[in-house]
Amino acid sequence: MNYMLNEDLQAIKEICIEIGEKHILPIRAELDEENKFPREIMNIMAQSDLFTIYIPEEYGGTGMGSMALAVATEELSRYCGGVAVSYAANALGAMPILLMGSEEQKKKYLPQLASGEKLCAFALTEPEAGSDAGGVKTRAIKDGDHYILNGTKQWITNGGEAQIYTVIALTDPERGARGASAFIVEEGTPGFNYGKKENKMGIRASATRELIFEDCRIPAENLISREGFGFMVAMKTLDNSRPGVAAQAVGIAQGALDEALKYSNERKQFGVKINSFQGLQFMLADMGTQIEAARALTYTAAGLIDSGAKNFNKVSAMAKVFASDVAMKVTTDAVQILGGYGYMKEYPVEKMMRDAKITQIYEGTNQIQRSVIAKAMIKEAHRK
Amino acid sequence: MSGFLEIKDSCTGCGICVKTCPVQALSINDNKRAVVSDACTLCSICVDSCPFQSLAVHHSFGGNEEQLAKYSGILVLCEMRNGSPDRSTYELLGEARKLSAGEKEVSALLIAADPSDAPEKLIHAGADRVIVAEHSSFEHFSTEPWSSVLTHVITEYMPEIVLAAATTTGRDVMPRVSKILDTGLTADCTDLKIDADSGMLMQTRPAFGGNIMATIVCDRTRPQMSTVRPGVMKPMEIDTSRTGEVINLQVTDEMTKNRSKVLEFVPSAGDEVDITEAEIVISGGRGMKNPENFSILHDLAHLLGGTVGASRAAVDNGWIEYPRQVGQTGKTVQPKTYLAVGISGAVQHRVGMQSSDTIYAVNKDRDANIFQFCTEGFVGDLFEIIPALVKEIEKRRG
Amino acid sequence: MKFVVAVKQVPDTAEVRIDPERGTLIRDGVPSIMNPFDTYALEEAMKWRDELGGVVTVITMGPPQAESVLKEAISMGADDAILISDRAFAGADTWATSHTLAAAVAELGDVDAVFFGKQAIDGDTAQTGPSVAASLDWPQITFVGKVRELNKDSIIAERYVETGMQVVQTELPVVLTILKDANVPRVPSLRGKMKSRKVQIPVWKLSDLGLTEAETGLNGSPTKVVVTATPEARTGGQIHEGSTEELVSRLADLLLGEGGEA
Ligand SMILES: Cc1cc2nc3c(=O)[nH]c(=O)nc-3n(C[C@H](O)[C@H](O)[C@H](O)COP(=O)(O)OP(=O)(O)OC[C@H]3O[C@@H](n4cnc5c(N)ncnc54)[C@H](O)[C@@H]3O)c2cc1C
Ligand SMILES: Cc1cc2nc3c(=O)[nH]c(=O)nc-3n(C[C@H](O)[C@H](O)[C@H](O)COP(=O)(O)OP(=O)(O)OC[C@H]3O[C@@H](n4cnc5c(N)ncnc54)[C@H](O)[C@@H]3O)c2cc1C
Ligand SMILES: Cc1cc2nc3c(=O)[nH]c(=O)nc-3n(C[C@H](O)[C@H](O)[C@H](O)COP(=O)(O)OP(=O)(O)OC[C@H]3O[C@@H](n4cnc5c(N)ncnc54)[C@H](O)[C@@H]3O)c2cc1C
Ligand code: SF4
Ligand code: SF4
Repeated sequence: MNYMLNEDLQAIKEICIEIGEKHILPIRAELDEENKFPREIMNIMAQSDLFTIYIPEEYGGTGMGSMALAVATEELSRYCGGVAVSYAANALGAMPILLMGSEEQKKKYLPQLASGEKLCAFALTEPEAGSDAGGVKTRAIKDGDHYILNGTKQWITNGGEAQIYTVIALTDPERGARGASAFIVEEGTPGFNYGKKENKMGIRASATRELIFEDCRIPAENLISREGFGFMVAMKTLDNSRPGVAAQAVGIAQGALDEALKYSNERKQFGVKINSFQGLQFMLADMGTQIEAARALTYTAAGLIDSGAKNFNKVSAMAKVFASDVAMKVTTDAVQILGGYGYMKEYPVEKMMRDAKITQIYEGTNQIQRSVIAKAMIKEAHRK
Repeated sequence: MSGFLEIKDSCTGCGICVKTCPVQALSINDNKRAVVSDACTLCSICVDSCPFQSLAVHHSFGGNEEQLAKYSGILVLCEMRNGSPDRSTYELLGEARKLSAGEKEVSALLIAADPSDAPEKLIHAGADRVIVAEHSSFEHFSTEPWSSVLTHVITEYMPEIVLAAATTTGRDVMPRVSKILDTGLTADCTDLKIDADSGMLMQTRPAFGGNIMATIVCDRTRPQMSTVRPGVMKPMEIDTSRTGEVINLQVTDEMTKNRSKVLEFVPSAGDEVDITEAEIVISGGRGMKNPENFSILHDLAHLLGGTVGASRAAVDNGWIEYPRQVGQTGKTVQPKTYLAVGISGAVQHRVGMQSSDTIYAVNKDRDANIFQFCTEGFVGDLFEIIPALVKEIEKRRG
Repeated sequence: MKFVVAVKQVPDTAEVRIDPERGTLIRDGVPSIMNPFDTYALEEAMKWRDELGGVVTVITMGPPQAESVLKEAISMGADDAILISDRAFAGADTWATSHTLAAAVAELGDVDAVFFGKQAIDGDTAQTGPSVAASLDWPQITFVGKVRELNKDSIIAERYVETGMQVVQTELPVVLTILKDANVPRVPSLRGKMKSRKVQIPVWKLSDLGLTEAETGLNGSPTKVVVTATPEARTGGQIHEGSTEELVSRLADLLLGEGGEA
């Protein structure tokens, strides 16, 4: 399918393909096996300006928006879901500043992120607060011109690798979610430490880590927006970044389909190529069709955001749910098409299957997203 | 233009030739006929594509006949390795003798700090005359002095043909000299012949990554210069009864002038392998039976200047180290020559070697998969064939 | 510093196919790419520019379409580019190619070093670099696996040869041919790509270089290709069964390059 990507998007795609072919493909199995963060690849991405695309020009970016980010994430995910999320999580981390940050905060932080000099992460989830993000317990108590943070964030992508963190904490515990606020915390701030690095099923190239705050004093000017707006910042951030997860899912699925197409044209059984069996052809046809549908929905969601629309949380959730379910199904089928070989680590599809799973879980589980979609639909239907 | 592409009346305008031209010189005109533009380089690639034999290339050879006739004989640029002539030099002398057909004089140019008995060896290997440029500064190859000496010798002796090995030495100095002397140079030849009619040197070489063989002439200028791929030509049998002339060249300051300095020479450790860089890869599989047997492959590889690779079965059995594994989970190689010994040709192995220029296979099973995609296959017991092959090659090399 | 990189547009030989019936080269639909070896030359020049300051100019001699490799070089970080293109340049062998490129380098003036790839993957001769050095009467270091030091006056480089490595020092200006061991070429950047889309690349013609038709292109080429043939295509090859002696004899012919038709 030709989505008539404009020249800029085409350029982004070409760059990601080159990075994928030359720098990700040769080492993705090793990164996966050894749980290793792709620091070198991040440097290459920085040098190719990939971190500029979601940052406006006035802050050192190229200001290309959500669609550009989706194209980049998709293309990188074809090669490795773990590397791709390590990239995309930067956009997630920067989103609170981009959406609600003050002019000073933007001037201070965005150029460093655009150049890739510093990496970024977003910290909402806690041991007791997953889907129920309103249940966060981390506190931020005002003390003169500082806030003092206490609490633990869990499963933070790019944790330990990023230098800048956007963190949701309670400034007014009495008010629950309405008492949450968003902050910028820099690496090296006293009282801010990393906990253990997780040993995961998939996306093992990415770092997932605990952030531990113990009487961590941060300047009051690091508050994003206003006290009590934290939950809103978090929700807006996730609404904006969900097409990114969808793009990741589309990319992983496409990678698996590519492998299945290649393999089924080489493997012979019963004296013929296995892609001549109709049973297998039907699988391939469904895989391709589902991916195209997921891609179309993902691009639509990203395009909607770029158009300046206010109401996109439904489509954004739909793209995430649909694409991630497609990724799970397609990668599972790809393993099936490769048969026993597909089950072996020597071939990349078992990794793709492991990588795909996370897209159904993070940035709002697919169950939660379905509730979001349903609520939005019901609301729309009864507004008239 | 020297020559032209003829498009005969039998042309039907079918357009098949148009696609084959690498410089887009062909097109079909309104009269449904092929026409050629002046971008045509007379490369002849299109000629065979025409189903109606409507295309022919006509070359008009030759420059100033009188001028060209002043050149005669063959000059070989020698290379030394560890104090003796390199194997490639013997090959060039063997080839020069063949080309001379008993008529042309074969000279060898030796540039060295200490020639010792090399001149005599060169005569035994086919030289009629050895020109020795001896100087203490000639210990390591360096572009400028080599280029000055070679230019000087060519200008003085006026050979019609100059041969050097297509090594890092030959490929460094020959293009420099051919440019200085305003004559042509053909790279990395694998076949040389004298054309019976014109007396010209027909130089054949692979190009386009081995996808095509081109025959090249140097018709208007002399000498005709070629670098020759090592390992391809045959040295002649050493004949200790041969005699010849040894000329000590007067090495002038002009010849030793050098803007470059070799600060250091670090010999390679020898053992480190990169099978992806080798031009000849000889791989063993499960058919090798045990690690000891791999030594015959090493012998063969050594003789041919190649290296040893392996299938996963051999690596998994611990018969040979992993960096030598070819295939899906090993390395992808595309040498000029790949020889598969006792390898069945599983698809995972195939993907790592199928772009080799030529693939030969030895296997005792007539139905082995490898025979379905090799260039030439040999059905038989490797334990008989490989040792006999080593002997045969040693014998032919003398 | 003023560095020049010579790049060539080549057909992707990995994609070149042989027409199995006619045995001719099918170039239809074969993508044109920057000669892969030239990316190492470009990276090496840019690496030293980044360290020492200065400009990297890429040049190519070729048809108008060859502009695309220059744009690619700019997207990777080259500062500017010149397309050397004229009908008169068509059909050049390495003598005529290097003669023309050397004239362009001279025209640019004050160049400190010209970087070449090890060889082009189509012509495969590796002759252009040393011939340009000869035309300019500059020193050359070929098969460079590593540039150790480079400054305004001199260079120290490792030259990889069959038996080991030579460490060579020479003066500038110099001609270098770079091996892929030297570096890892950078990926084009987004801003580079945006710049390359807009940039106007000057075209130098025969007259701009002060050359004549007699010394360029087909006319200026001492060598000419008279016949091309394709090695037999790779299908189920010929299978030999027979006595060990017969097999060994044929195999030895092949391995020693003495094999004609079987
Ligand atoms: C690898 C990885 C990286 C992550 N990166 C980040 C990050 O960078 N930043 C960050 O803040 N967080 C991150 N997370 C956290 C992630 O967003 C949460 O895991 C996710 O929101 C789900 O929370 P939970 O795991 O606690 O599941 P739970 O909320 O405990 O859910 C368990 C199950 O119950 C279901 N469920 C829960 N509530 C409902 C409901 N109301 N209706 C129906 N079903 C329901 C869920 O769908 C799920 O199936 C990451 C997680 C992982 C695994
Ligand atoms: C995930 C995965 C990845 C893999 N990756 C690779 C890879 O990277 N590289 C690789 O090579 N394989 C790989 N394989 C293995 C591959 O499938 C084959 O099993 C392997 O290539 C077989 O090696 P072989 O040809 O040496 O052994 P076999 O298939 O056992 O063949 C041995 C051959 O030797 C012949 N033979 C035996 N004795 C003699 C004799 N005396 N004289 C002559 N011929 C004799 C036999 O006729 C037979 O054809 C992979 C497999 C998997 C599952
Ligand atoms: C089948 C075939 C065989 C040939 N054989 C010979 C031969 O034996 N002798 C001969 O003299 N010519 C030969 N030619 C012609 C030769 O290919 C051209 O002269 C070509 O322009 C330069 O040679 P090359 O491709 O071998 O490049 P190489 O000399 O291998 O290239 C080395 C480097 O020079 C630079 N370079 C090369 N060409 C250009 C260019 N056009 N613009 C800018 N930089 C460049 C690049 O940096 C490149 O990496 C042959 C051509 C064909 C099609
Ligand atoms: S292939 Fe032959 S017949 Fe067809 S257009 Fe070309 S010259 Fe004419
Ligand atoms: S001879 Fe070569 S250059 Fe001329 S038209 Fe035929 S293919 Fe084209």
